[in-house]
Amino acid sequence: MSGTKSLGRFLTEYAVVIIFLLITVAAIPSSGLSIQYIVQEMITRLGRNTFLVLALLLPIYAGMGLNFGMTLGAMSGQIGLILAINFNIGGVEGLAFAALLGTAVFMGWICGVVLNKAKGREMVTGYMLAFFINGIYQLIVLYMMGFVFPIRSSAILLSRGYGIRNTLNLEIVRQSLDNFLMLRLGEYTVPVATFLVIAVLCVFVVWFKKTKLGQDMRAVGHDMSVADSAGVPVDRTRIIAIIISTVLASYGQIIFLQNMGNMATYNAHDQTSFFAVAAILVGGASVKKATIPNVLIGVILLHVLFVVTPRAGQNLFGSAMIGEYFRQFIGYGVIAFSLVLYAWRARKDAAWSREGLRGSSSGAVPAAAAAGGEGSAK
Amino acid sequence: MGQQGPLLSIDHISKEFYGNVVLNDVSFELKAGEILGLVGENGAGKTTLMHILFGMPVIADTGGFKGRICIDGQEVSFSSPFDALDAGIGMVHQEFSLIPGFTTTENIVLNRESMKPSILNDVFGDRMSILDRQDMKKRAEAAIEKLGVKLDPDMLVSEMPVGHKQFTEIAREITRSKTRILVLDEPTAVLAESEAEVLLKALRKLASLGIAIIFISHRLHEVTEVADRVVVLRDGIAIKDTPVAGVSVRDIASWMVGRSVATERVSEGEAREFGPEILSVEHLWVDMPGETVRDVSFSVRKGEILGFGGLAGQGKLGIPNGIMGLFQAGGVVRLHGKDVPLNEPRTALEIGMAFVSEDRRGVGLLLDESLKWNIAFTAMQIQGKYLKTILGGLFRIRDEAEMRKLTEEYIAMLDVKCTSPSQKAKELSGGNQQKICLAKAFAVKPDLLFVSEPTRGIDVGAKKLVLDTIHRYNRDYGTTIVMVSSELEELRSICDRIAIVDEGKIAGILPPTAELPEFGLLMSGLGANGSQEDLSA
Ligand SMILES: Nc1ncnc2c1ncn2[C@@H]1O[C@H](COP(=O)(O)OP(=O)(O)OP(=O)(O)O)[C@@H](O)[C@H]1O
Ligand SMILES: [Mg+2]
Repeated sequence: MSGTKSLGRFLTEYAVVIIFLLITVAAIPSSGLSIQYIVQEMITRLGRNTFLVLALLLPIYAGMGLNFGMTLGAMSGQIGLILAINFNIGGVEGLAFAALLGTAVFMGWICGVVLNKAKGREMVTGYMLAFFINGIYQLIVLYMMGFVFPIRSSAILLSRGYGIRNTLNLEIVRQSLDNFLMLRLGEYTVPVATFLVIAVLCVFVVWFKKTKLGQDMRAVGHDMSVADSAGVPVDRTRIIAIIISTVLASYGQIIFLQNMGNMATYNAHDQTSFFAVAAILVGGASVKKATIPNVLIGVILLHVLFVVTPRAGQNLFGSAMIGEYFRQFIGYGVIAFSLVLYAWRARKDAAWSREGLRGSSSGAVPAAAAAGGEGSAK
Repeated sequence: MGQQGPLLSIDHISKEFYGNVVLNDVSFELKAGEILGLVGENGAGKTTLMHILFGMPVIADTGGFKGRICIDGQEVSFSSPFDALDAGIGMVHQEFSLIPGFTTTENIVLNRESMKPSILNDVFGDRMSILDRQDMKKRAEAAIEKLGVKLDPDMLVSEMPVGHKQFTEIAREITRSKTRILVLDEPTAVLAESEAEVLLKALRKLASLGIAIIFISHRLHEVTEVADRVVVLRDGIAIKDTPVAGVSVRDIASWMVGRSVATERVSEGEAREFGPEILSVEHLWVDMPGETVRDVSFSVRKGEILGFGGLAGQGKLGIPNGIMGLFQAGGVVRLHGKDVPLNEPRTALEIGMAFVSEDRRGVGLLLDESLKWNIAFTAMQIQGKYLKTILGGLFRIRDEAEMRKLTEEYIAMLDVKCTSPSQKAKELSGGNQQKICLAKAFAVKPDLLFVSEPTRGIDVGAKKLVLDTIHRYNRDYGTTIVMVSSELEELRSICDRIAIVDEGKIAGILPPTAELPEFGLLMSGLGANGSQEDLSA
């Protein structure tokens, strides 16, 4: 009897996902791309991007919203890679070296401390902080490397003798994780090792939620003052959430870059948080709630769209630029749209739960009336 | 049980706030398994004494206290509530401190979850242990069992009625294996009589298990019912410490106030004439958690005092909250025949309605502001009162002198215990804050005033003052009043008509002179056809 109601509910719950699915399905035919091509692209891109998006989960659990500060992690990962290249550590060892460098822990700590000073405004603050740290990153990489910090490999330096080149060739670590265990499945190639790393992270996230620390994060996310009066170290817990997120983001960026094979030294991290956030939102997550399936669905949907729109643009409007433009537009659009939709949905939810209030119209008796006898019979 | 000495002794405790002495050489003792009723007028110092016992930071911040607290004969000194918890003192504060999105179980064992060690413990410490949810639930169930109440361990707190929240909080205090002393500061103020009854039973059960309890309440019959001993504070002095056996409510009341008190109907036998209809409400619904209003229609005539009574959780509180726009509501509300837009609190105030909320801490006061600012605030914001123009109307500034005069007037009228009109609202005792809330609404001089639980947390002596003031406003200014209260006696003492709300609807409307059993019938949902016809006056 309440079929239409629950359908409506389903639609708003998954509005972003559904709209994306529709656009994507509509764009696939006009792109003229084969399904095989798209599937292979998706396998590659899932391996490349999923880790980064997973890094967003913990801060959401801790009530800190979407961690735009993850860019700090991306920059740490890049510094790790620069040094790996500098010391000529190639292959998986090079990636491990970059990952274990530890700058991300420090960056995460800074970010956590700053966000603790801006409770309730974490997202904006994280976004601004990323700008600020970006300045420092530029300063270190562009001026201090080779000038203050010795750089062994002159090949990665600018011709003036200090500062790192604009584009860094990651040849020695290129796709070393992906190729570590590459599986051929018919016409598809699957980077098994990369997926294993992602799977391990997913298991970690699931496991983490069951730990005491995970429960503390939930408590802090729900109500800081109550958690505080129960003795949960609120600030510390929030800092830990951000540190873990930042470290994971640095790993994510390393995985991303090893797949790309080269690195735009000064702006590879520019849109890291931006696309990760767009992906998780497309997957149906909100500022307050996100799950692993949200991440996977989001990465797939967003990237199918990225793959097909330039072609669709080319075919429909005779210009690939339209598709490119569309891609940017979609990224920002999704974020704005999901945030607005989230606010709207919160209101709508309240309205729905209210509809059950009028005892007479619907059969459902809200919990509040459970105690009473049968006084309402009229 | 076989313990000889007292479990807790409060030894010559004195406390002053910046020269204002609020506790003066208070001493008493508490044995294991004993329930001590702590009573006193508003501002007598009960909460302050408990704050000292619990090591609350406000005490140290305001200069500490004199005297000693001993547990098992050992002097203790707590620098924070956590020390007090470690020493076995549990405290249930008036405001709930629960996480709404967590279940009963999760709240009961909050930050004391059962854990199974995991491999990462050695590296990262205890916080990487896995939660043992089964054991958590078992412990929660044990605590609920110990209380002897019915609570669903898997229910979300946000979906619970108030009473259950209160029990959840108590359950949390007693799951601490160490808890030997339990302090409850006005735990029954948010409960209806029937729920309070269950709570008292739970307290007796806890006491029989050897837990010592300090129970603070303004409902004196609860104290005589449950306590073994009663300590009466008057102006910071413990003037009486006596076993409860043979002591009556009336005795306690007179010890508290220092004179004898009685409540009688203020406006006996007076013929009343009312003006035209001022407020009409049709098919109102309000989404207020725990106080859902489903379908309520009534009308009020100018100059009338209409009362709403009923059991807790049935929706009486939702009515004013919905009409004033504080919770989502729907239906038709007309003031002076004009539609009132719902869900817009500011408009509700602007068109001449005012509201004294039952939630005195939540929406009532600006706690960090002075009393005069609090009292004049709404009138100033909404009606531009207490502002004077200077420089030919270029600026408008607050008229401090006028505000002060107004505040002094109310302080005298309601007998507010404070040091001056400039004192901060948060420095007042709970009951005195409630009086300020009332004064604030009176200062607006509204056409229609909603008062919700006006005497909650107010002592026996001051109750009459509050009711008298409401009554006087009604008579002197013709203010129409809608009063919501869980105390039937108080409704009967000043209202012209009393509507009983049951399951979100009006079960019936009775004159104040109706017999008690008639009210009882309506409240129990068995009322003889309280049909909608006789609802409009
Ligand atoms: N932080 C503070 N600063 C200054 N004065 C304070 C402060 N807290 C309480 N007081 C004063 O101490 C006195 C005792 O207050 P207390 O809260 O202990 O009263 P109470 O007995 O609990 O009253 P009630 O029944 O109204 O809750 C009051 O006069 C109050 O104004
Ligand atoms: Mg008090």
